[in-house]
Amino acid sequence: MRQSNIMPGFRPALGYTLLYLGLVVLIPLSTLVFKSFQLSWDDYVKVITHARVVAAFRVSFSTALGAAVIASFFGFIIAWVLVRYPFPGKKFIDALIDLPFALPTAVAGIVLATIYQPSGFVGKLVLELTGVQIAYKPLGIVVALIFISIPFVVRTVEPVLQEFDATMEEAASSLGATRLQVFVQVIFPNIFPALLTGFALAFARGVGEYGSVIFIAGNLPYVSEILPLMIITRLEQYDIPGATAIALTMLIISFLLLLTINLLQMWVRKRSGQL
Amino acid sequence: MSILLTNISKNFGRFAALHNVSLEIPEGELVALLGPSGCGKTTLLRIIAGLDQPDSGRVNLNGEDKTDQHVSDRGIGFVFQHYALFRHMTVFDNVAFGLRVKPKNLRPSEADISKKVHTLLDLVQLDWLHDRFPDQLSGGQRQRIALARALAVEPNVLLLDEPFGALDASVRKDLRQWLRHLHHDLNVTSIFVTHDQEEAMEVASRIVVLNQGNIEQQGSPSDIYDHPANAFVSRFIGQTNIFDLQQEDSFWLKNSGLPVPQQTSKVAHVRPHDIELSKILTEGSAQAVLKDWQHLGALIRIELLKQEPNGSFTTIYAEMPNEQFKQLQVNNGDTVSVRIRNAHWFH
Repeated sequence: MRQSNIMPGFRPALGYTLLYLGLVVLIPLSTLVFKSFQLSWDDYVKVITHARVVAAFRVSFSTALGAAVIASFFGFIIAWVLVRYPFPGKKFIDALIDLPFALPTAVAGIVLATIYQPSGFVGKLVLELTGVQIAYKPLGIVVALIFISIPFVVRTVEPVLQEFDATMEEAASSLGATRLQVFVQVIFPNIFPALLTGFALAFARGVGEYGSVIFIAGNLPYVSEILPLMIITRLEQYDIPGATAIALTMLIISFLLLLTINLLQMWVRKRSGQL
Repeated sequence: MSILLTNISKNFGRFAALHNVSLEIPEGELVALLGPSGCGKTTLLRIIAGLDQPDSGRVNLNGEDKTDQHVSDRGIGFVFQHYALFRHMTVFDNVAFGLRVKPKNLRPSEADISKKVHTLLDLVQLDWLHDRFPDQLSGGQRQRIALARALAVEPNVLLLDEPFGALDASVRKDLRQWLRHLHHDLNVTSIFVTHDQEEAMEVASRIVVLNQGNIEQQGSPSDIYDHPANAFVSRFIGQTNIFDLQQEDSFWLKNSGLPVPQQTSKVAHVRPHDIELSKILTEGSAQAVLKDWQHLGALIRIELLKQEPNGSFTTIYAEMPNEQFKQLQVNNGDTVSVRIRNAHWFH
């Protein structure tokens, strides 16, 4: 069956795509796999089941997950406010959202560490009021990751909210729905797939984040040491197979988690007739 | 339920959308709010619904002042121009929505909801689509689902914003008749907004003509067509030929058999079907040249050129049944004499 296309050039476009996909993604990743094959299976298991590595796995994934949940919540509110309400300085705030994209992450890390450390401006206040120390704890990592990942959520939810047909809300209201019912039953289900995408992006970014985290984390073994740092440490000791073993495992776990999120998203879309 | 609007005004910035509008709609009527775009008809509908608040004035539904009540408490059904169906819900869930959001003590059981939804879907003849999503329906189907959804909560008033605006001509024709019959069966007070005078004439039992935020005239369709209150209504309802006595049309009009009143009336509006043509040219008859004609189905529309004293031409439109036109045996370029049976006079 012949299909007519408005844009010509399917073949060259696909060729370029595959070429760059190979150069930028597949070759480096397969190198990762090959390098870790230098280890025997037993050695590999030994590397990744080392107590310190397991602790780092737990820290990295739990903080990234926590930060993604919190960033999704607040990112949604920020996107909501930016789309729904006119207020002075809106354009400025809107531009500010992208700042974490542009800022070198190390700078963000140093700034956050300075104000959240026990003697810092915010850190001292929180410590005195609640007795909770933020910096040099997993909580500090969460703070840094929220800062880094919030623009992902805002920028994925914003356009969907903008396109959302507000007459649907009016229709729900005219049918007797309360404001809460309108939000829960009409607005949220339409935004949810985009929010999931934002969540997945925030999570993925959080797992791999290095620069901003190491300054605020304190990097205490078993407590606040993250996986990327473990990898760097191994590399500095010229333990390349060890580093790649951790990296590969990290990659697989991330891939499985993202796959789960995508499947969940597909299920949501299918259930709500968007597929 | 009767509707009483008193002195409704609404401004959008400096633009006055509604100007001290008062309107009474008796129970059980099917009313058309008719006017050109930007005349305030949709705003008026949204104010009745409670989707917009008037700057001043009161909205009374069934004798109760509902001006300050939220749209969800007014007991109205609203059908939106672009349907506003919930995209993430099936047709069934869309129609059931109004029942499922009721407070627990008023909410029917899931079995009752299901029965009612299927009854409503039967009413709009679309029960076979109950598990589809809105995106999978055609425009006409969506419109009928939107109507079923609004009817599910048994509203006292049904409000429809340009209900047929986004549909193609043949679907529109069917749905008009269907809406009229539905209203006849349910007898719920209904108001619909339209800019199409033909649609208003065909569907409504009463027409309210709006222009620039004011009500120009209200009455039954025949009333408005036969006795337009002013030049705007006359021009807006159906086609008219306009003759201005100050432009020296009076002699020609007299020759066409139309008595020109002696009062202050200056402008004559003549419906195309009130114009008769004849090939017999006599001295002192009003004459015009047949320029072109079009086949409109049962009617033929004829374009005539009337020569002005200053040498320019104005176009006059006449309409007559097919048969009559055949018997007349005229061709393009022929000169014919014109008789005008009736006209509406305005200042």
